[in-house]
Amino acid sequence: MTILTVAGLTMRFGGLTAVNNVSFTAQQGEITAIIGPNGAGKTTLFNCITGFYKPSSGSITVALGSKNLRLDKLPGHAIARKGRVARTFQNIRLFSGMSVLENLLVAQHNRLQASTGFGVLGILGLGGYRAAERRAIELATHWLAQTGLLERADDPAGALPYGAQRRLEIARAMCTEPLLLCLDEPAAGLNPRESAELNELLLGIRAAGTSLLLIEHDMGVVMKISDHIVVLDHGKKIADGTPADIRSDTAVIAAYLGEGDEDDPDAPLAEATP
Amino acid sequence: MSRLLRDVKDSGAVAFMALLIFAPFLGLQLGDSESGNLTLSTRPALLAAAVGLTFAARFLFLLWEAHRPPRIPALSLGLAKSGKYAAPALLVFAIVMPFLPGIKNASIDLGVLIMTYVMLGWGLNIVVGLAGLLDLGYVAFYAVGAYSFGLLSTNFGLGFWECLPLAGILAACWGVFLGFPVLRLRGDYLAIVTLAFGEIIRLVITNWVSLTGGPNGITDIPHPTLFGLKFSMAGGPGSFAGFFGITPSPSQRITYLYYIILVLALLTNWVTLRLRRQPLGRAWEALREDETACRSLGINVRNTKLTAFAIGAMFGGFAGCFFATRQAFISPDSFTFMESATVLAIVVLGGAGSQFGVVLAACVMIGVPELLQSLQIYRMLIFGAALVVIMIVRPRGFISTRRPTVALGKAKPISADLIAQGQG
Repeated sequence: MTILTVAGLTMRFGGLTAVNNVSFTAQQGEITAIIGPNGAGKTTLFNCITGFYKPSSGSITVALGSKNLRLDKLPGHAIARKGRVARTFQNIRLFSGMSVLENLLVAQHNRLQASTGFGVLGILGLGGYRAAERRAIELATHWLAQTGLLERADDPAGALPYGAQRRLEIARAMCTEPLLLCLDEPAAGLNPRESAELNELLLGIRAAGTSLLLIEHDMGVVMKISDHIVVLDHGKKIADGTPADIRSDTAVIAAYLGEGDEDDPDAPLAEATP
Repeated sequence: MSRLLRDVKDSGAVAFMALLIFAPFLGLQLGDSESGNLTLSTRPALLAAAVGLTFAARFLFLLWEAHRPPRIPALSLGLAKSGKYAAPALLVFAIVMPFLPGIKNASIDLGVLIMTYVMLGWGLNIVVGLAGLLDLGYVAFYAVGAYSFGLLSTNFGLGFWECLPLAGILAACWGVFLGFPVLRLRGDYLAIVTLAFGEIIRLVITNWVSLTGGPNGITDIPHPTLFGLKFSMAGGPGSFAGFFGITPSPSQRITYLYYIILVLALLTNWVTLRLRRQPLGRAWEALREDETACRSLGINVRNTKLTAFAIGAMFGGFAGCFFATRQAFISPDSFTFMESATVLAIVVLGGAGSQFGVVLAACVMIGVPELLQSLQIYRMLIFGAALVVIMIVRPRGFISTRRPTVALGKAKPISADLIAQGQG
């Protein structure tokens, strides 16, 4: 079953077309990866899906059960709440002056806020807020355990090492209980061991029923865990298929090896050329 | 040795700058000659003294820099922890203060003044300290509160207790009204627009003479009553003194005012402390930390900012209403930019986000200039120098650490360098 349908998506910034008529689908319960050289429009596509940009044309539809919801029509903050789509950022964006646990409670803001009766009952200590907070802490504890951050729950988020901050950002996104989790380069800057742990974590999230959409440069991660890969180059989709298909796709190889334009710093085989 | 030479060179450079600055101010003096012409005389000795003093001060400072003990984070933690014991002690003192022996009316009056600023500081702390929105026009809400009461009482004969909630609601409405167009701005831009809003309110009050009395202000604003009992000097039935059969005295009214503002300030504090532990308060702090991340988590950024603005404004309105009843007279002169700046300075000096820090800072900002009255013209000089020194020693305010609002195990204080100050 399809969870996300992107149809004819175009995003222009003035004269620059960052994403040009891209269409693809992501299946429920699968890990879909978006790859491509630097500047291919991956992050722009992500920002359109998660509501940070309003696309110039095209549609983005998410399937919630039997109902379809147009994400491009929703205001930015409603995408997580109504669209059940969560995201992480390429440059980590944590609430660094708040504790790890607080970060995860902020992620459950809407549910908790509803239990406080617009804050009034909460101030007076009435209503179901206590129970709601206990449930929220349980959910947070669950994801802390999944990401191996349980011992650091009361530490400031900004004091965590880099790899732990990456995992915390994923845990925070998961605390919004999304149906689709969008990860922008989750393996960037991780060492091989952390990268392997990340693979485990992402497979665990998929097994728990959340579909994933990820941008990734680390081919080790992409080829190992993706079920489906979409390749972008210069804003256009050039290939779409299983990892095996993509590996043998001539257009992809050309884009990565830079057929015609020599020095593409991103070409994975560039190191091999003397 | 080379270090000493470098220090001397550095001090020499500073002394040279001092020479350039002081030469026209201290080195030259205009005078009148007997014929009535202007004469120019020089004062080399004074100039040399000033430059020499600058040199010495810079040199000593550099020596101290080289030999001072390493900075102890324990100091800031100690100050933060001291709040645990000092805050209740201070509260008890505040409650019994009017009845301590040797306390004069003037002292209680100073207490009322400090407490008003504590309340304003706590109100602004919601906006600046928690939500990280730099508001330079907080006095606007103070003015709205004061004028709400002034106009309602003189036109419709309403008393203090009926007007208090109305003043708060009206100020909160103005907070929302201002917030809607403004809160899409960030940082410096937000600060400038709030500054302008503060000025607009004051100018409207000054110029709308038919309603507000313009620069003449509003007089004869009623004092608050205690369950209908007035605090009049005449005594008699219906007055506080008459009802309890005691001699009327001005101290009764001042003490009553003192307790009103104490309760109002504590209400502000209580609501803020409760809200900090609520989703709303956490969302404010998260906004201060990272607005983009908040949006990705489904937090409605605009509405959350508006609530911070409205709640902060509401407490400003309460404080304004109290100010009007205490003075019995209000005019636009009481609501200048200076007031906004003072309240903001209290919040920043206290350590943005810290409730106890605001109390310390209000005592310093309001109490110290009053206590230094005897120093006359040097008062503001010493006060200004003290503020500069405090901000050098404690750049993030008296209490800069933050306590998490919830913990699985033991809450650990978070040091200031991790905490964002908000981009507005």
